[in-house]
Amino acid sequence: MSAPIVKLIAQRVALGILLLLAVSVLIFAGTQILPGDVAQAILGQSATPESLANLREQLGLNQPAYIRYFHWLGGVLTGDLGTAMSSGQDIATSIKERLWNTLFLAFWAAIVAIPLAIILGLIAVRYRNGWIDKLISGLALASTSFPEFFIGYLLVYFFAVKWQIFPAISTVYDEMSFGERMQAIVLPATALTLVVLAHMMRMTRAAILNVMQSAYVETAELKGLSAFAVIRKHAFPNAIAPIINVVMLNLAYLVVGVVVVEVIFVYPGMGQYLVDHVTKRDVPVVQAVGLIFAAVYISLNIIADIAAIVANPRLRHPK
Amino acid sequence: MADGKAKSGLLLDIRNLRIEATVYPPGEAPKTITLVHDVSLTLEKGKVLGLIGESGAGKSTIGLSSMGYGRGGVRITGGEVILNGRDILKGGKEGFRKLRGREVCYVAQSAAAAFNPAHRLMDQVVEATLLHGTATRAEAEKRAVTLFKKLSLPNPETIGQRFPHQVSGGQLQRVMTAMALCSEPDLIVFDEPTTALDVTTQIDVLAAIKDAIRDTHVAALYITHDLAVVAQVSDEIMVLRHGRLVEWGGTRQIIKEPRQEYTNALVSVHEIEHKEQQPGTAPFLSVKNVTAAYGGGQVKVLKNVSVDIYPGQTLAVVGESGSGKSTLARAITGLLPPEQGTVTFDGRPLGNKLADRPKEDLRQLQMIYQMADVAMNPRQTVGTIIGRPLEFYFGMRGRERDKRVAELLDEIEMGKGFVDRYPAELSGGQKQRVCIARSLAAKPKLIICDEVTSALDPLVANGILKLLLNLQQVEKVAYLFITHDLATVKSIADSIAVMYRGEVVRYGAKSKVLTPPFDAYTDLLLSSVPEMEIGWLEKAIAGRRMESAGN
Repeated sequence: MSAPIVKLIAQRVALGILLLLAVSVLIFAGTQILPGDVAQAILGQSATPESLANLREQLGLNQPAYIRYFHWLGGVLTGDLGTAMSSGQDIATSIKERLWNTLFLAFWAAIVAIPLAIILGLIAVRYRNGWIDKLISGLALASTSFPEFFIGYLLVYFFAVKWQIFPAISTVYDEMSFGERMQAIVLPATALTLVVLAHMMRMTRAAILNVMQSAYVETAELKGLSAFAVIRKHAFPNAIAPIINVVMLNLAYLVVGVVVVEVIFVYPGMGQYLVDHVTKRDVPVVQAVGLIFAAVYISLNIIADIAAIVANPRLRHPK
Repeated sequence: MADGKAKSGLLLDIRNLRIEATVYPPGEAPKTITLVHDVSLTLEKGKVLGLIGESGAGKSTIGLSSMGYGRGGVRITGGEVILNGRDILKGGKEGFRKLRGREVCYVAQSAAAAFNPAHRLMDQVVEATLLHGTATRAEAEKRAVTLFKKLSLPNPETIGQRFPHQVSGGQLQRVMTAMALCSEPDLIVFDEPTTALDVTTQIDVLAAIKDAIRDTHVAALYITHDLAVVAQVSDEIMVLRHGRLVEWGGTRQIIKEPRQEYTNALVSVHEIEHKEQQPGTAPFLSVKNVTAAYGGGQVKVLKNVSVDIYPGQTLAVVGESGSGKSTLARAITGLLPPEQGTVTFDGRPLGNKLADRPKEDLRQLQMIYQMADVAMNPRQTVGTIIGRPLEFYFGMRGRERDKRVAELLDEIEMGKGFVDRYPAELSGGQKQRVCIARSLAAKPKLIICDEVTSALDPLVANGILKLLLNLQQVEKVAYLFITHDLATVKSIADSIAVMYRGEVVRYGAKSKVLTPPFDAYTDLLLSSVPEMEIGWLEKAIAGRRMESAGN
């Protein structure tokens, strides 16, 4: 690794951390603007001015907002996300399990979707403007255009109700073996794959087609390479940066955007956890989940940036 | 055919080649045009045939047909291409793939673009050899290193480990030649291999290519628009125009006794008589001790440059790429504010930054660029493009503006019919003329011409130069003419500034600058310009006093 590349990467990471801090301020401020506070929410109907004041004193709510923010931030940095109002449970403990479930589902969906999307993209370029290309693009676009709940219910209808191959409900719990877990997530993972596939595939196709016009692609053709070898060896490596970008965006979506699919399949992940607590107006939980989602989004985008920097031979091997 | 081949030593025999393409003109139905009309040629083993003509002559198309390749939608629709005794057009896709990179290799115009930026040079050089299984990796790499040495590349043992962006343009062109030679083909198609290079680099690459051809006994089709270049390397020359054969003969005959009028025009191109004007009493624009840099003062590209421009005269700024010619233009126009020094116009200093200059100052300095097509809005008609400065500077509207646009079109020798055309419908030369008209519309005192003829064919470029000279007579406009082409300089300049690495190394009246004794750089520059004379290359290489910067 050379000096300029290390500097570029360090800049990106530093920017990411700054951005995350800014987001934490926004999240905190956002929840402060909401009418009412935790004390009111806990006491509900039975609130008297005295009991409210007592509880606020107890919870430290009568301190200025910025002190509460740093208090909260300090807790987050030491792994203390606070206590859920609705259940009185430690948020960090409940989130840990949920986050693990979400990452498990996202991981398997990504393992299928990313290689599939890239291979389909390569095939589409190889047979560009032919019927194979049009078929791939058509199917991919159709699967993205359908709302995800529709795809979910379609999968449930056929695979769970009609043919009874996979369970309709994807609840997972601690005692399940790996195999049982895998069986449980087949349908939601499939639904997610179909949702993110087209975007990545179209981007792969467009990015590669863009470099297919280059003189070096002609050079490769004039060496006698087969059409597929030209695409794989000479076009793909130069199209990698935009592809990584779109892959990372979709990965982020798999983690933070799966609320609907989790609800359909009753999967105990982060999305459902968030929705549950939004309805209960459990502010500390919403803050914690929001911050985690932001962290996932920002770090995946940093990874995409860094990958694009590393993929550029001009930066990797300066003059 | 096998015995015929053995007898004659014939390598390539193209018979009645017809090549067509489908074009999609805007607003019209697609139509088929013929690019090559029944051209025939033969090439013996180890010989070099130069294909020459202006763009659109079909040179590259014919060259690539020997590999069964057509760019874009180009199709070979008739004739035979007989290579090593068989018609390759009958071999189908598989047949083409087997011969490409093995029997026939290709050297592109811009090696910088033709090398894949993502792979190391060595991997690309040996790729075709490995693909066709004619050598093991170790053998191929050894062969490549030997070729790097033969082509006098620096560090031949390690240059293969570099990436294309780490190597200069002239070196890349030689690496590409090594790449073509590595699979030991029978034929190499050189497609303008030195056109994109500086004149001082071109001579080295040309010599390297010539030696390599001689030592490896490979046959070559050498495609170029520069007759002086092709005269150095080929045994025979074929002149093409509009996809038809004009003349085909030995190199000596073509350059000394051309039989066709068109060949004669190509041979005598660039001979514009221009009588040098004496500098007037006072310059209207003076650049005094200007130093300019990019990247916040990091990269100094102009060092203490001073030049004067006199009313109605032409100052030519010559030098190779990276010498700071265009940066000088940017400093004068205010696009790149100088760090030190001043630009004086009509006795008063001009604002450093573009934003500090009043509209009137902007009007007085106009620019014309090398790439006419990217300097015009493709969605505006010629009338709008030329009319814009009239509206902007003089507030002309309606009929008054249209009348002036028509006059300007007349001045650039284009008729009224062009008013409603779009840039895409014009030829390269016509586009450049429109750009000239646009700059004239502002009635400036100075037009900065940045390599305005470099992208054009010699005959078209000649037309543009003549036009510029005529306009200078009529409009009394001065030119700052930036170019790397010394022949152009001789045709147009009154005074010359030779630039080298950001400094003016020689400056004065044309006759003075071009008269010996020369400084080392001017000598190199002058002696590197190809002359239409057999054996010039060897003489020039032997007589050089300094290495070119491209090495």
